[in-house]
Amino acid sequence: MTRRIVVLTAGLSQPSSTRLLADRLADAVTTQVSARGEAASVEVIELRELAHDLATTMTTGGMPTPAVEEARATVAGADALIAVTPVFAASYSGLFKMFVDVLDPEAIAGMPVLVAATAGTARHQLVLEHALRPLFSYLRAAVVPTGVFAATDDFGGPGSQDLGRRISRAAGELAAAVVSAGVAGFGPEASGRETGRGGGRGSEAEVTDFEDLLAGLGQ
Amino acid sequence: MQFGIFSVGDVTQDPTTGRTPSEGERISAMSAYALKAEEVGLDVFATGEHHNPPFMTSAPTTHLAWIAAQTQRLQLSTSTTLITTTDPVRIAEDYAFLQHLSGGRVDLMMGRGNTGPVYPWFGKDIRQGLPLAIENYHLLRRLWREEVVDWQGKFRTPLQGFTSTPRPLDGAPPFVWHGSIRSTEIAEQAAYYGDGFFHNNIFWNIEHTAQMVDLYRRRFEHYGHGSKDQAIVGLGGQVFMAGTEAEAKKAFRPYFDVAPVYGHGPSLEGFTRMTPLTVGTPEMVIERTLGFADAVGDYQRQMFLMDHAGLPKDVVLEQIEILGREVVPVLRREFEARRPAHVPSDPPTHASLVADGPGAPHHLVAPAAKVDLRADRTESEHATA
Repeated sequence: MTRRIVVLTAGLSQPSSTRLLADRLADAVTTQVSARGEAASVEVIELRELAHDLATTMTTGGMPTPAVEEARATVAGADALIAVTPVFAASYSGLFKMFVDVLDPEAIAGMPVLVAATAGTARHQLVLEHALRPLFSYLRAAVVPTGVFAATDDFGGPGSQDLGRRISRAAGELAAAVVSAGVAGFGPEASGRETGRGGGRGSEAEVTDFEDLLAGLGQ
Repeated sequence: MQFGIFSVGDVTQDPTTGRTPSEGERISAMSAYALKAEEVGLDVFATGEHHNPPFMTSAPTTHLAWIAAQTQRLQLSTSTTLITTTDPVRIAEDYAFLQHLSGGRVDLMMGRGNTGPVYPWFGKDIRQGLPLAIENYHLLRRLWREEVVDWQGKFRTPLQGFTSTPRPLDGAPPFVWHGSIRSTEIAEQAAYYGDGFFHNNIFWNIEHTAQMVDLYRRRFEHYGHGSKDQAIVGLGGQVFMAGTEAEAKKAFRPYFDVAPVYGHGPSLEGFTRMTPLTVGTPEMVIERTLGFADAVGDYQRQMFLMDHAGLPKDVVLEQIEILGREVVPVLRREFEARRPAHVPSDPPTHASLVADGPGAPHHLVAPAAKVDLRADRTESEHATA
C-alpha cells in the first residue's frame, strides 16, 4: 500500500531554504519507506499560500475558507507528517502556529511526525526541543527522536555532510514508524487513531443521546 | 412559510460618517424596523439578548411588548434568549406574560450566547454552558407544562410547590427554537423535544449549515416526532440590495470592511463566496435564498439580518421595504411550489398548538418516543443488507 506523507512548510521567501530542507526530508522519507518494501506519496502544503486564508479563518470566528478546509483534511488524512518551519524570534514562525491553531485538536493524534527547522545560525538549534516538540506533544503526535535543524552553514559549509546524515537518520525513524503502523483492516486499531479524527468539526461525529445529556447534564 | 428579520442590536459607528447612534436612537430604530416589517408583509421580528456593550438588547420582553402593542399580526421572537445566564423561572414568567399581552404572537429561540466574562455577572460559569442550557431548558418546559413544580437541580435553588404565573395563554406554551451554529448537542436537544432548530447561516458555509440541519432532521425522526423532512427548520441569512450588483457592493462595502464581526478580515467577495451573504439585486437574493432549500431541504422560517454594522436607519428601512415588497412575495410562491404536501409550510403557531388540543405531544415535558435501540439497529442492518 502507498503511505501518504504530508509536508508542512512555513518558509516565506521563494526560493526558501525551509522548502529546500522540506524537499530533502520528503525525498529521504520516500527512499526509506521504499527500502522497507512500501510505496510513499508526498503532498506538500506551502503555508505561505494559505496566509490570507488563515487570517480570514482567524477573524471570522473560526470559519475555515475552502483552502483551509482542504489543507486540514489533507493533514488529518496523512499517514505521517513532516513539519518544517523557519525560526522567528526564538520559536516557530507565526504562520506555522496559525495553521496548527486551526487544526482539529485530534487531527494528528498518534500520527508519526518529523519536526525540522531552519535558521540563520546554529545558535537556534534547540528550538526543536524547546518549541516544536512541546507543541506536537500537546497534539499527542508521535514525534520521532531525531529532529532536523539546518542553519545556513549546513547547506554549503563544512557541516553539509552532517546534515545529510541527520536527514537520513530522521527519515529512517519516520519511515519505520509509518511502516510499522500496519495495514488497516487487519486486526483492531490499538491507538484509536482512526476514530474521532477529521478535517473539520463535523456534525457527522457520533451524537450523545439526549437522555444521557439530560441525565449527566451534558458532561 | 414565515419570513422575517432578526437583529443582534449592536450600537456601531457608521464608518461613512463617523457618527455613532445613541442607545436610545438604536432602540427606537429597531422598533421602527419591527413596525416596518409588519407594514411590508413580513411575518416575524426577532430581537437578540445581550448584557454587554456594544449591544443594547438587554430587555427583550419589554421591547417586544411595546412592539406587540403597535402591531396586529407580527410574530414576535428572540434571537436568542439566553437559557444559560437567565433564570428559567424568569423566562417562564416573562414570556408567558408577553404571550398574554400579544394574543399568543410569541415564540422564542434558545441560545447559550455571549463571551466568557458575561457569565459570572449572572453568577454562572461559561465552562458549564452546555449543562446550563440542558438543565435550565428542561426546567422551563416543566414550569410551562406542570401546574405545581417541585424541583431540584444543579444550578438553581430548589423549588417547592412553585407555580409560575401567568400560566401560558390557553394552556399552550410558546413554540421554542434552539439556535446553534456548530454545537451538535443543541441540534440533538431540539430533536429530542420536537422543537424547532435554527441555524444562523451567516458565519459558515451552507454545506456546514446543511450538515447541522441534517443531523437535527435525522434525530427528530429518531425520537418519533415525524419524518426527517417534517422537522421544523429555520435559517438566517444576510443580504444587502440595490438596483444593480455594483451599486449594492459600493454602498455596503464600507460597512462590511469594518464590521465588528468580520471586518478587517475577509474581502466582501470572499465572504460572499464562503457564506450565504448576498450583496446585489433582489433577483440575486431570491436565487440564492431559494438555493438554501436545495441544501437543507424544505424549511419553515427564513430570517434576514438587516440592521447591523452601523447601517443608518433610513437605509435599513429601505432594505426591509425591498425585502417585503420585491423579494419575499416571490420566495413565498417559489418555496410553496417546491414543497411536498406532507411537509409543513409554517412552524407551529399559537393557533395551531391550541387546535392540536391538550393531549398533543407539545404539552408533554419529554415528548420523545422511548427508542428501543436494539430494534433500531436490527432495522438498519436489514436496510443495509
